[in-house]
Formats: sequence, structure tokens, C-alpha cells
Amino acid sequence: MTGRDTIFALSSGHGRAGIAVVRISGEVAENVGRKLTGVLPPARSARLANIKNPATGETIDQGLVLWFQAPATATGEDVVELHLHGSPAIVSEVLRVLGGLAGVRAAEAGEFSRRAFANGKLDLVEVEGLSDLLSARTEAQRKQAVFQLMGGASSVYGSWRTRMIRALALVEAAVDFSEEEDVAGAALAQSRPVVQALIADMELALAQSRSGEVIRDGVRVVLAGIPNTGKSSLLNALAKREAAIVSSIPGTTRDVIEVSFDLRGIPVTLCDTAGLRAAPADEVEQIGIARSLRSVADADVVIWVGAPDVAGSMAVQEGVSADLVVANKSDLGAGEVAESAQKVSTFDVASVSSLLATVQGLVESRYGRGEQALIVRARQRSAVVNSIRHLNDSLGHSLGRIELVAEDLRAAANAMGRLTGAIGVEDLLGSIFSEFCIGK
Amino acid sequence: MKAFDVIVVGGGHAGVEAAAAAARVGAETALVTHRFATIGEMSCNPAIGGLGKGHLVREIDALDGLMGRAADAAGIQFRLLNRSKGPAVRGPRAQADRKLYRNTMQALVSTQRNLRVIEGAVSRLLVENGQASGVKCDDGNYYRAGAVVITAGTFLNGLIHIGNETTPAGRHGEPPARGLSDQLRNAGLKTGRLKTGTPARLDGRTINWDELEPQYGDDMPSFFSLFTGATTAPQVPCFITNTTAVTHRIIADNIHLSAMYSGQIQGVGPRYCPSIEDKIWRFADRTSHQIFLEPEGVDDHTVYPNGISTSLPATVQEAFIRSIPGLRDVAILRPGYAIEYDYFDPVGLRASLEVKAIPGIFLAGQINGTTGYEEAAAQGLVAGLNAARRAGRKEAVTFDRGEGYLGVMIDDLVTKGVSEPYRMFTSRAEYRLSFRANNADERLTPKGVELGLVGTARRELYETRQATIETARSLAAALRITSAKGAKAGLRINQDGQTRSALDLIGMPGVGFERTAELWPELKDLPGFAREVLEADALYSGYTGRQVAEVAILRREECCVLPEGLDYLTIPSLSAELRQKLHRVKPGTLAQAGRIDGMTPAALAAILSFVKRPEARKSA
Repeated sequence: MTGRDTIFALSSGHGRAGIAVVRISGEVAENVGRKLTGVLPPARSARLANIKNPATGETIDQGLVLWFQAPATATGEDVVELHLHGSPAIVSEVLRVLGGLAGVRAAEAGEFSRRAFANGKLDLVEVEGLSDLLSARTEAQRKQAVFQLMGGASSVYGSWRTRMIRALALVEAAVDFSEEEDVAGAALAQSRPVVQALIADMELALAQSRSGEVIRDGVRVVLAGIPNTGKSSLLNALAKREAAIVSSIPGTTRDVIEVSFDLRGIPVTLCDTAGLRAAPADEVEQIGIARSLRSVADADVVIWVGAPDVAGSMAVQEGVSADLVVANKSDLGAGEVAESAQKVSTFDVASVSSLLATVQGLVESRYGRGEQALIVRARQRSAVVNSIRHLNDSLGHSLGRIELVAEDLRAAANAMGRLTGAIGVEDLLGSIFSEFCIGK
Repeated sequence: MKAFDVIVVGGGHAGVEAAAAAARVGAETALVTHRFATIGEMSCNPAIGGLGKGHLVREIDALDGLMGRAADAAGIQFRLLNRSKGPAVRGPRAQADRKLYRNTMQALVSTQRNLRVIEGAVSRLLVENGQASGVKCDDGNYYRAGAVVITAGTFLNGLIHIGNETTPAGRHGEPPARGLSDQLRNAGLKTGRLKTGTPARLDGRTINWDELEPQYGDDMPSFFSLFTGATTAPQVPCFITNTTAVTHRIIADNIHLSAMYSGQIQGVGPRYCPSIEDKIWRFADRTSHQIFLEPEGVDDHTVYPNGISTSLPATVQEAFIRSIPGLRDVAILRPGYAIEYDYFDPVGLRASLEVKAIPGIFLAGQINGTTGYEEAAAQGLVAGLNAARRAGRKEAVTFDRGEGYLGVMIDDLVTKGVSEPYRMFTSRAEYRLSFRANNADERLTPKGVELGLVGTARRELYETRQATIETARSLAAALRITSAKGAKAGLRINQDGQTRSALDLIGMPGVGFERTAELWPELKDLPGFAREVLEADALYSGYTGRQVAEVAILRREECCVLPEGLDYLTIPSLSAELRQKLHRVKPGTLAQAGRIDGMTPAALAAILSFVKRPEARKSA
């Protein structure tokens, strides 16, 4: 049973750093802390200590030791933290010493969070928020993860839950207490507007949710156009303008190049594609074009790139739905370029910045900044979609089929239960009895 | 010393079903009760059934129990509640003539083979080697038994409140039982205190009936028992009246005198059955509350005023009752009262209703914190059946949440425990659409036959009905019509070129059974019960598939048995709160653990991995 062991891990980043934090969590954490540092400080405070190898008595480092007593800790278990000097040699020696102690082992990936979850310290949405927070690369991702971690999303789900309980309670009252004059008939009629308003709010959240997923996963911006309009140079120019290039990885095919960067807090993946041509020269080019078209279809934003020196390049090809048309190589003159196209030259720094601003505006107007997005994972989305489907079903029954209304609402509540916790019969009865005078 | 297989203590609704069930499966059974004459007494309202409760009575009947037959014989007004709603949530209810009910029940008990009634008061349980071995009575007699069922109702440390007067008592005019309560408590059973109430009884000869609106029963009564074909007692109406502004003022002015409000009562009362002072206090904006005047019998002038249970002093009761239309000159036969009583938290029981701490002792009825005749009777049947099996050294038999209300109730009790008197509601059943009052026999009779609980007459009746239902089902599936022909016949159906079965048509909102039967007259010849089955099958076809799948998952998880001695307090990755809950309930299966309030999938995984850890396997 893994849960019984005391676990440890380097909780700060690897490599050289000012300090390194090693966290120990579990039943014998307190004991381990004593073995390594002598006397532990009072709970929830820090003490400077010599950190020793208990087997040899040799001092490994001098650092801070912190001690937290269960259950008011991050994992819900006893926790000791060692703040060491951030040298890889010190860290690896401390970890080696810890690993040699009885009942103690290195934590598996995510095990601290799993224990926090199992001990009721975090709910599932919060766990996911924490995992996103730890892997957040941009500011918008960080804000969104904090919103989820701090229970912002859970509290909105919780309010949906309360309203669903009320709708269900009204219907169940009409089933189980139909003999009561207080309930008679009115209850079902009262539940409809509750359900309708709930559907509207959930659908709104769902519509906004694409921004949540985009913040999490990044926006795909694709440069498309016929060959020789300067897409690759433009990609390089755009990416270079950004100080915060995260990575530059060639596409899985030789034909699609991707660059990821942080566009004022929103993660963006910019893709260059093979030029599109109506009559490809050979089979290889044909495959490249097919890939380009697929890339265009998966894109969140499509920029059509034309150039004055390439005849017919400004006309957006059929089957491509462009969000923006750009006239590249504007230093070569106007050619057949329309007024509405945005002009850019890789030699003109200002024009590249201006194009970046346009792209940023497009992305933000479409996906917002997403900090408050409720639904950022497929798991959350599918629960909400299913719940809405059942809620809609519940509106489709005649008055005489109230038990089917209840059944659909129950299914809706069960679907949401995966996000909000189950709705039990006690929740319903509590709501019924507080609202109606039951008992003839 | 006389010896039996099973001894049942108490002759209320749980006691008679327990004794009869034990006797039906062949156990030599003794029913020990204070007086034979009070067997089958309805101590509160003179009615049986209702929503959820009526379903339970049908389930008892499907297992050949007594309650349905007695209620039908005593029924003086039958109403099918929720008639305008779908078949799953319709519940039969009847006003019962108290004397007829009692007489019928006593006759059924007297004629039951293997069952003997002993008049006496049980003062002690006999326990040998940690197991039940019999009972000792006040008169000094000992009786040995392989198993004992205790159905003590409100008799455990009962205390009646009328205003500030208190009287130790079980039921009006009868002494409470103290010794058993102490003995069970000493065995480690957790006890709690509940409260319930009853209204004053009125003299019908002093009610001005002409002022009141009558409420008649259904023209076509829905009976509880499949054996019943027609009413045998005269049918009478109930009458409806209501509280007035004067009533509310009198009660509000005197509310400090109510035992409920003076702080004299510690027990928790049911939210769904509040006293009139509670209703007026909590729902102050309501200017009137409905009251049903229910006759207690055809040749009994006692009237039960349903809706005004109270623990106000007798003089205040008289004053407020006389402010009610029709009751200006009413004579009160006896005042209403609140009664507090002990119950034992049913998480101390197995799903067979056997006490975990003392094998061989079974508890059923109000002692488990439930309220209602029907809830008590259903538990009695399960406890009696299992007591007999225990005495015969056979494995316990349980009913799960997928089988019916019986299983839902017992699982709720032993998994969640009780904090207010437990009453059945249809909303407690997650598979409600599958649990219709009219398919209780289909759900339970085969199991009853297998257990030897069901007699020959019932089995033959079941088989005949089932054959008819199967014929009706094949007929409704085999009769088919194309959309074009359907349109020609005047049906409003989509012209999609599909053929539809009679069952499909019956389930369509714009068609229904009557129109379908016009196309195929052979459907008209089906008996009413077969037609009801087809209607329900058609109506719920879109939902029952899902419920069947859910029940299958439930049964799979019920198969994951958790070891009895599992120490939940030592499972490390559980929250302290969940550890405590699990420690209290000690669930028998993983599925039962999953139904504990606040349980999470992660916690279940932790339990499962704890159970499956290498050390646990070694020690097992």
C-alpha cells in the first residue's frame, strides 16, 4: 500500500538555484526531520539547522527546517520542509540519505497532490488547477490555474449544484407530496424557469470555455498562402520580435514548421505551411499541400499571406477561411494588393510589430483573456455537455409524465456530480422540507 | 423450558410480519406480546399505503406477507395517489377500519401454521457464548430460541408529553419496556431519541358534517393484494376542513405551553409530519392548513383529524380544535400527544437486520428509527425470514437497491443510519421507474418462491398472471404497422417509412393504448393488469435500459465484499471524517461504502488498495 509510506521529493526546480526545497510528507515525517536536523521547530515555524546524515553524523548543509502538523498541511499529513542551498550536489546527497531511511521513499509524480486530494485538501477541479499552475508557461495560464486552484471554478459549479437541487426538489415534491395542498401542482411549474435559467448559464459558460481550453493548450495561428509569398521569413520575423520564445520545434512533417511563443500572456503556436498550389508539381508536393490544408482546418486563426511580386497570391484560395489577409514584402510596392490587406515587410520592424498587435487583438477578441474560464478540460466539458443534454430532455415531457422530468433532472445532476460532488436524497429532502409545509 | 426456532417480541406491524414470515419458511415460531387483543393495532392514523408506502405493501404482498390482505379487508376508502401521473409513481392508499384491520390480522396470525402467540412481557434477552439463545418474561418463564426478533416499536423508554405533563408509556394506556433497551445499549448499540406525535381523537357524533366537503374514494379501487377482487367493507368518505385565523392565534398565544417548544422534548421529530404548532411557527405566512377528518371505522364514531398532531395542553387543544369549521361543538375523546422513544442506530445492523454485536438478535420496525406501519412491516418480513434462516443455519438473504423499495429502505438504514424518523419516499429509489406498485410480484415473487416464503396459492396466481403478461408482450411486439398504413388509419406519426410495433404506438404521446387497440382488436381482450404492464413498458422503454445497466454495475460492486474486521481508523489516506463514518457503518461491500455520505472515488480507491495490500492478504 503506497499511501502508508512517507514520501519525499525535491519540490523546487532542478539544477543550480539560490535555494532548493525538499518536502517530506507522511506518518514518520516528524521523525525523519528530527533525525536529519536534531530538534524540530514548533509547528508552523522555521529554524536554522545543520542538516546531517544520521548514519555518519556528517553535516551536509546548513539550512532552514519547517515543520507542519497534520491535518492542517498541504497534503493533510505531517510535513517537514528542508530549505537547502540550491547546489545539485547537496540536493542529491540529501535525497540519497532520505531514501536510505526505513519507511521513507521518493514520491511518484503527482503523489503529493494525490494525497492532498485523498485527504480532502483539494477537490478534483482544484487538483487539476494545481497541476496546470505548476506547468503554466504564461501569465494568462497562471491566472486561470489560480482561479481553478482557489476554488473559483468549484464555487461556480457549486452554485449550479444548488440550483439543480432546487429544481429537482420542486419536481420531487410534486411527485412525493402531491397530496399536500402546499405543493399541489405549483411545484413543477416553478421548476421550469429554474431549469431554463440553469441551461442558459451553463451554455454560456460552455461557449466561453473555448477560451479556457485555448489558454491551457495555446492558440494555433497558421500562415497560409501560395508558394513564394515569404511566409517562412514572416514567421521568423514575427517570432523574433517576441523576447519570450519558448521553443522552436520543427513540425512533425518537413512541411509544417511551428514556433511557440508568449503573446502578452497568451500562449501562441505559429505555424508555417507549405505553399498551396492548384496544380502541384509532383506527389511529394501534393502530400505537403494536403498537410497544409489539414493544418489550416485545425487552426484557431488563419492568416493568408500574399505578396505583390507573386501573381494571384492575394486571392484567398477556395476552401481556406482566412481571418486576416496580409500583403507581405510591402517594400516591393503595391502591385495588385487591395486596400483592406495589412501590409508588412520583414525589413520594417514597425510593420511586423503592428501585425503582431493585430494578431493579438484577433486572439483576444475571440478567446478573451480567459482568466475566469470555468471549463478548461475535456472532462469538465463533457460533464457540462451531458448535464445540459439531460436538462433539455427534462423540459420535453408533459405534465402527466413528471416522473420522467425527475429522471432527466436526476441524470443531469449525476453528470454534474463528477464536478461538484453527488447530489443525494438528503439534499433534496432538505430543500423540500424547508420550502414546503409538508404533513397533512 | 419451551423451545422455538424463532421468537418474535412485539405484536405490531413489524412483529406480525416477522412471525408470519418465519413461520412460512417452516420455523417453529412464537410471537410474544402483552395482549393478543392488541395484535395488529393501528396506533396512529387509520390508513395504510400512500406514495412509497403503498409500493412497500405491494412488495410485502408479493412475498406473501399479511399487510396487503388485512388492509384490503379493512379498507373503507381506496384511493390511488398520483393517478394522473405515470405508473411508477402511483401509490395505492386506503383508509382502514381499525377494528376490522385488527381482527383480520389476528385471524391471519391465528391460522398461520408453525406460529404460536404467547401473552407476556419480555424482560430479558438470553445470550450464550455471545449469541442469542432465548428470552425471559416478567412472569418468570424462559423460552429458548435459535434467533430472536425484537419489534418493540415506541415501547423502549417511551415518554408521552401533553403540555407539561409527562407519562412513561409505550402507547396510550400501555406500559413501556425498559429492560431490553438497557440490555441492547450495554451490548454497544448506539442509541438515539426520536419523537413523533398524534392528534386528538374526536367524537364523530358531535361534528357538523353538513358544513364540510366530502372526499370519496376511487370508483375502481386499487387493492394492495393480488388476492383481492372486491371490497368487503362498506365504503365511506373522508371530510376536509381547515384551520382558521382564530386557530392560528390560539396556538401562537399558547405555543410556550407546547412540550415541543418548552424545551421538554429532546427527541428529533420528522420534518414531513410536523405538529400543528410547528407548522404555524415555521410557516407563519400561511393563513390556513388543511385537515382531513378520517373515520376510524364504520361502526366506530372515533374520528382521526389528520394534520393537527400536537403536544399542547388538553385545554388548549380543545380551544383550537373548536375554532375549526365543523368542529365548533366537538367532543374530544382523548387529547393528542407527543411521544419520545429510544431507537437503535441501524448502522449497527447487517442488511439481514441482524445485530452485528449479538448474532441471533434481529431488530425491525420503529426500534430502527423508522416511522410508519408499512416501513415496519417490510422490515419485519426481512427480519423474520432471516431469523428463521439463522435458526436453520442457512445463509442470510438480503434485498438490494435494484430489487425494490424493501432493499432501498434497508440499505438506507444500515448504510446511512437514522437522524430523524425514516419514512419511505419514492425519491429515495434511484431505480424508481423500474419499481412500480403493479410489478412488485414480477420483481419479488420468484425470489419468494425460491426461499419457500411464498405459498402454493400465491405461486399459481403469479404464474398465471405472468403467462398472460408474457403473451401480451409478445403480441405487442409482433403486431406491426408501416408508417403509411398508420397514417391511413388516422394516426399522427412520422412518415419515415419505418414499421412500428403495437408497443411503440402505445408509448407514443399522440397515440396510446386505446387508439392502438382500435387497430388490433385482440389487444382489447387483454385483462387490465396486462394492459397496465404494456403501457408502463412502452412509456419507460427509453429509460429502463439505462437503469438495468446501472443495476448491473451496482450488483458487480456489491460482489466486492469488505472484510468484517477491517479497521477503517488505520487507513492512512482517508480524511478523519470519512474514517469515522466508515468505522461507524462498517460497510459489508464496496458498493455500500460508496453510498456513505461524503464518499469520494479517491477514498474508495484507497479502501480497495488497503484491502488488497500484501499484509492484508497474508493475514486473511
